[in-house]
Amino acid sequence: MSSRTVLSSDDIDRAVTRIAHEILEANTALQKSGTANLVILGIPTRGVILAERIAKVIEKAEPGVDREQLLGRLDITMYRDDLASNPTRSVTETHIPSQGIDDKVVVLVDDVLFSGRTIRAALDALNDYGRPRAVRLAVLVDRGHRELPIRADFVGKNLPTAREERIRVQLTEADGQNGVVIES
Amino acid sequence: MSANYILKNATLVDGTIADIAITGEQITAIGTSLSGIEEIDCTGLVALPGFVDLHTHLREPGFEQSETVLTGTQAAAVGGFTAVHAMANTSPVADTAGVVEQVATLGREAGYADVHPIGAVTVGLDGKQMAELGAMANSKAKVRVFSDDGKCVHDPVIMRRALEYVKAFDGVIAQHAQEPRLTEGAQMNEGAVSAELGLVGWPAVAEESIIARDVLLAEHVGSRVHICHLSTAGSVEIIRWAKARGINVTAEVTPHHLLLTDELVRSYDAVYKVNPPLRTQQDVFALREALIDGTIDIIATDHAPHPIEAKDCEWSAAAFGMLGLETAASIAQEVLIDSGKSDWARLAQVMSHNPAQIARDEEAGQAIEVGSVANIALVDPTAKRTIIADSASKSKNSPYIGMQLPGRVKHTIYRGYFTVRDGKLSAKGRA
Amino acid sequence: MSNLKNLLSAGDLDRDFAIHLLDVAEGMADVNDREIKKLPTLRGKTVVNLFFEDSTRTRISFELAAKRLSADVINFSAKGSSVSKGESLKDTAQTLEAMGADAVVIRHHASGAANVLAHSGWINGAIVNAGDGTHEHPTQALLDAFTMRKRIHGTASAGKGLDGVKVAITGDVLHSRVARSNLLLLNTLGAEVHFVAPPTLLPANPSNWNAKLHYSLDDVIDLEKPDVLMMLRVQTERMNASFFPSEREYSRIWGLNGERLLRLKDTAIVMHPGPMNRGLEIDAVSADSPKSTVLEQVANGVSVRMAVLFTLLSGERATDVS
Repeated sequence: MSSRTVLSSDDIDRAVTRIAHEILEANTALQKSGTANLVILGIPTRGVILAERIAKVIEKAEPGVDREQLLGRLDITMYRDDLASNPTRSVTETHIPSQGIDDKVVVLVDDVLFSGRTIRAALDALNDYGRPRAVRLAVLVDRGHRELPIRADFVGKNLPTAREERIRVQLTEADGQNGVVIES
Repeated sequence: MSANYILKNATLVDGTIADIAITGEQITAIGTSLSGIEEIDCTGLVALPGFVDLHTHLREPGFEQSETVLTGTQAAAVGGFTAVHAMANTSPVADTAGVVEQVATLGREAGYADVHPIGAVTVGLDGKQMAELGAMANSKAKVRVFSDDGKCVHDPVIMRRALEYVKAFDGVIAQHAQEPRLTEGAQMNEGAVSAELGLVGWPAVAEESIIARDVLLAEHVGSRVHICHLSTAGSVEIIRWAKARGINVTAEVTPHHLLLTDELVRSYDAVYKVNPPLRTQQDVFALREALIDGTIDIIATDHAPHPIEAKDCEWSAAAFGMLGLETAASIAQEVLIDSGKSDWARLAQVMSHNPAQIARDEEAGQAIEVGSVANIALVDPTAKRTIIADSASKSKNSPYIGMQLPGRVKHTIYRGYFTVRDGKLSAKGRA
Repeated sequence: MSNLKNLLSAGDLDRDFAIHLLDVAEGMADVNDREIKKLPTLRGKTVVNLFFEDSTRTRISFELAAKRLSADVINFSAKGSSVSKGESLKDTAQTLEAMGADAVVIRHHASGAANVLAHSGWINGAIVNAGDGTHEHPTQALLDAFTMRKRIHGTASAGKGLDGVKVAITGDVLHSRVARSNLLLLNTLGAEVHFVAPPTLLPANPSNWNAKLHYSLDDVIDLEKPDVLMMLRVQTERMNASFFPSEREYSRIWGLNGERLLRLKDTAIVMHPGPMNRGLEIDAVSADSPKSTVLEQVANGVSVRMAVLFTLLSGERATDVS
């Protein structure tokens, strides 16, 4: 097995910062209320960490933002379409900001975009929590091989890969170090 | 007249090796270098007197879907038995001369073993009114053993009277010791396992209290009493005490109570459901010791066939009982011989001589001697067999399926006729 | 982590797996607080509630759990069906198998009925024991453990066991499947179990039970100071079988009343699996006091059963070796 690093720690930081600013920019274009109607939802496990990092950048750029209403997490285990073939996954907590997601612009955050099935499940889950004005998708890595008509609005890096290769995203909070590695 | 068969180089119970000559129904010579019409090599085989089962459920008449006299005696032959005593809990109950004579006739027609009907003690096994014991004793079936087996003769007055009454023809009451009130709804041995499994417990005291009462009654009225299927260490103690006191009591143990414990019930597999229930390892040890030291007189199978649907269900709905005829000798060998604690002579006593003696059956249980009836089981003690569901019985409820047991009955000779030869059941019984 | 095919006994669960199930149930509890109380997880799966014994509470709890996970639910009760006409468990099971049941939730009056169903080969679906005779009721034990954990650890429950929690279970222990399942699960989760009952309602040989046995409820309250006092339902038919002389005497010695309630620790909770015999094993003051968790137990029952159904029906079914 060989592995090569495709994103360094600094690359990840830059990508996160850029995505945060792109989100703000797009949001301003869409709604005049600023960040008040913006909700960032991380998808466990590493999407949650990335969402927290993005929220931090937004807080810096827009002082006074209500973090409590900005950031949440969305567990999609119960909405997966592969429960029959995959070993049972642990269900983790879902946290939706107290004002809910009705009429908000929701940005889903995940680490890697691959088949699109996780995002499909996330869209279903969102449906059960309310009716957002719009839903956007931010990912650190888009590696292609989509199986559903889904695309990301904000991408850290597009990485053409072979289907059998593995992308491993490591984040300090979960893995003790930052980096994105391709294993083949 | 030359002998029909010579069993060459058979091992006798005392360890000597000899040829056995069989002519007609009799053993006509024992010696070396005998010759006859047909010689069968019996090197390495132990020649034992044909086994006698004092406790068999043949189910006919009434429950032919489980067993018939024919299939039951075929299973007996496979197990090395040449005589069985058929329990009375048929339908109609064997409580009249007519029923017992019918069963005896069916046995003769089948021709695989002597069939001695056991008469019911009370009419319809109801425990209320004594059956016509004298009529059954005087019938062609010559009944000497009486039992309500499956039910206990729990009324002390009825039990006392029955014990007294059978003295008139040297009969014996074989008691199924189970105090009915203490075992209402009981499903398994009451102990640590029943507490875990939530099954209604069957306390040892329900058996022991009846045995204690009955040995005292037998002493009081000067009768003999036989206790069926001892299952607890406490029962052994009572029998030991009674025998020391000179009470005329005999006791039996089943193969399954010598081998299996209530731990098996954890599976909730109803094949392990039996009356009396499987007890603890401590009880098994006590029963084995009592069999070896003579406190327990006989092994009896309590062979109890049941159709698949009676066992293929939830525990409490299942019938009590398990097969035993075809595996009894193996378990006797394990307990007496392979344990190193006893010998073949003792095995011959508990499997053949003693049960025949208790039943006053003079033609069965005879030692392998010149002049004896040629009832012989030839056992290969070195064989090991894994039990599979290929029973000669009509039913398949053997608890030993999948287990490896020692020894194998190679030939069974019933009154000079091979009912089993080379492990194969003869297609026809003895004419 | 063990992969579970059936849930027959609380003893099937090792500590990690039991805690995992309780954690999953936490997630399910959140769903039960949402406006849309439904998940698509078990869409297309069929859950059969096979009830040979009346128990509306347990049945609707399982039914709600299955429906909240979008499974199709069929209620098959012995009354008014061919079962009451003597159809065997085997025939019923094979019928359900032919209809394609993915899970069978069974309540039966015979101890071990769920085990027989699971190991007979009659049925491939997952078997959930919803109470078998006087043997076990594992989902009740899970919901009880869930309730205790929630009361003790609150929102910080996830990942935790019940280490050191002292639980006194009082009443007809001998005939109680709730007591047996609780014993096993509470042992697994590190709790200390005490049983309190008249001697006639304790097993004759409890040597395999890791629990302390007591005859006096007063002594247990005053000396053991339990964190949890669980009262078991007393079946009145026990009285007729001479297990105790009268309801009045039982209630006086083993019942929970306002006076005994006051002597409990401030933090102690009072549990009851329901349905309660008010005035017999528990009085109204105790049943309705803030210490009582009776209604929480009912609500938690749905979450726990969702967790069980989800866990059994998602992922590859483990091959059954026993």
